Amino acid sequence: MSTMTLEDTERRKAWGFVAPALLWTIAFFVVPFLFMAAMSLWSRQSGQIVRAWNLDNYIAFFAKDSLFKGLVNSLEITLIVTVLSVLLAYPLAWIIAERVPKRFQRLALIMAVLPFWTSYVVRSYSWLLVLSKNGVINQTLMTLGLVSEPLEIASNRTATVIGFVHFFVMLLTLTIYANLIQLSPNYRRAAADLGANALQTFWHVILPLTLPGIMTGAFLTFVLCIGDYVTPQILGGNNELVLPQIIMLQLGRRADFPMAAALSIILMLAVTAAYVLCARWLKIERA
Amino acid sequence: MRDTLTKVASYGYAGLIYGFIFLPVAVLVLFSFQDGRLPVPPFNGFSLQWYEAVFADRKLMAALANSFMVAIVSSVIACLLGFLAAYALARYKLPGSALQRGLLIAPMTVSYLIIALGLLTVLNTFGIKLSLWTVGIGHVVINLPLCFAIIFSSMGDHHINIERAARDLGANDFKVMALVTAPMLLPSILAAFFLSVTFSWDEFIIAFLLSRFDVTLPVEIWSLLRSGLNPKTNAIGSLVFLVSVAVLAVLELTLFGRTKKS
Repeated sequence: MSTMTLEDTERRKAWGFVAPALLWTIAFFVVPFLFMAAMSLWSRQSGQIVRAWNLDNYIAFFAKDSLFKGLVNSLEITLIVTVLSVLLAYPLAWIIAERVPKRFQRLALIMAVLPFWTSYVVRSYSWLLVLSKNGVINQTLMTLGLVSEPLEIASNRTATVIGFVHFFVMLLTLTIYANLIQLSPNYRRAAADLGANALQTFWHVILPLTLPGIMTGAFLTFVLCIGDYVTPQILGGNNELVLPQIIMLQLGRRADFPMAAALSIILMLAVTAAYVLCARWLKIERA
Repeated sequence: MRDTLTKVASYGYAGLIYGFIFLPVAVLVLFSFQDGRLPVPPFNGFSLQWYEAVFADRKLMAALANSFMVAIVSSVIACLLGFLAAYALARYKLPGSALQRGLLIAPMTVSYLIIALGLLTVLNTFGIKLSLWTVGIGHVVINLPLCFAIIFSSMGDHHINIERAARDLGANDFKVMALVTAPMLLPSILAAFFLSVTFSWDEFIIAFLLSRFDVTLPVEIWSLLRSGLNPKTNAIGSLVFLVSVAVLAVLELTLFGRTKKS
């Protein structure tokens, strides 16, 4: 007879079940992250990584305009994209939830996110087909005789923003719609009984009630947008690099891992700051 | 009168946004059939030559197979680990379970680029060669939180009694999990699996940084992009889109359509 109680065996079994997932996360996520954080305090001198602890990389980031501008560009683009995407997606989600007949809603929603299923790399490339110098928009404008010279709409910030907004309008339509249909029609009835018109009902009742959904979607947009390398690299040209592009430059040409690590930590701090700012709206409910 | 006006405005706005959403995809698919060397207007005529070029491209076909392998294997691992962890945390009282849940979800909040870079520095330091296996490890890291969260949130307490009954009838934990819990949670396990497959299949930056000679499809497409606008890129892009939509349609009509009714 062993001295182990039934509870002990049960608990030991449970640890056995949860251990693989925990170990995987620790070994391939936590440890690499700590390793990278440590490396951001080292430096690279004449091709060798020197394990001397200092803040040189972070100081260089704030001192060198070429590096710091990356963060500024990233923040500007991400904010523009987040605001534009919310403004464009909300009315669409509202129309699907309120104006489209119930039995067509699911279809309307699936159609609204269908291009989501193109490959991520290819999606940015297809905007190149639309926006480039000999692309669809320029050729159409020239055929119509509206412009004589092709417009420069690819390879700049506008193109990056368009590519991003395209992706996030789909994502946000989905999250905002999910929020809108959860609202009980009683709220609207109550507001109408109290004499509110449609606009007042929307502004004072519907909008505040859907704010948590909007903020969750906006936060998701912020996180995915600021960390993305593909869209700005394909659509943005070489004039205004964003932080992920600069991180990739450190890895590629310069093989400066410590600098890339420091820039990644800064990228993460930006996301954390955004999280802290939206935290009071980001209450994820448990089912 | 006002009703008609708002109706027209609503549908007009919806039409504009749908147009914006579908414009690049429509252009992509249309010019994959271009009879010529540039996938931009004017459309010269209908041709399947670029699809032939895609199927004749050994590197693309190898990358397609690699992507498929990595997606399936990493998703199976992510679902299995996620399921076991969800079972333990939903059915047993473990110390620090909130902390454990937080730790398992944590990778979801970190950019893929940072996860990839962290893994790359560790792999480099220990001299581990980059391969499809290292890509798979990275994909399990990003998909495990997803699988765990989906399966954990569907493990309602109402299943406990059924599991208890199975245990009283002499089933051990593995039997309970395999024959009772998993079948009951099949819809959410499958949802987690397919979502995870899609994410892995489409993931670029981890696959790009953690692979070397054998690459996945997004990485191979990335190197195709260096040749600029090319109808072959349109063709492979359209193929990926069609396959994804077909898979989605099958799922919608079978799996999700059924769970909605029940």
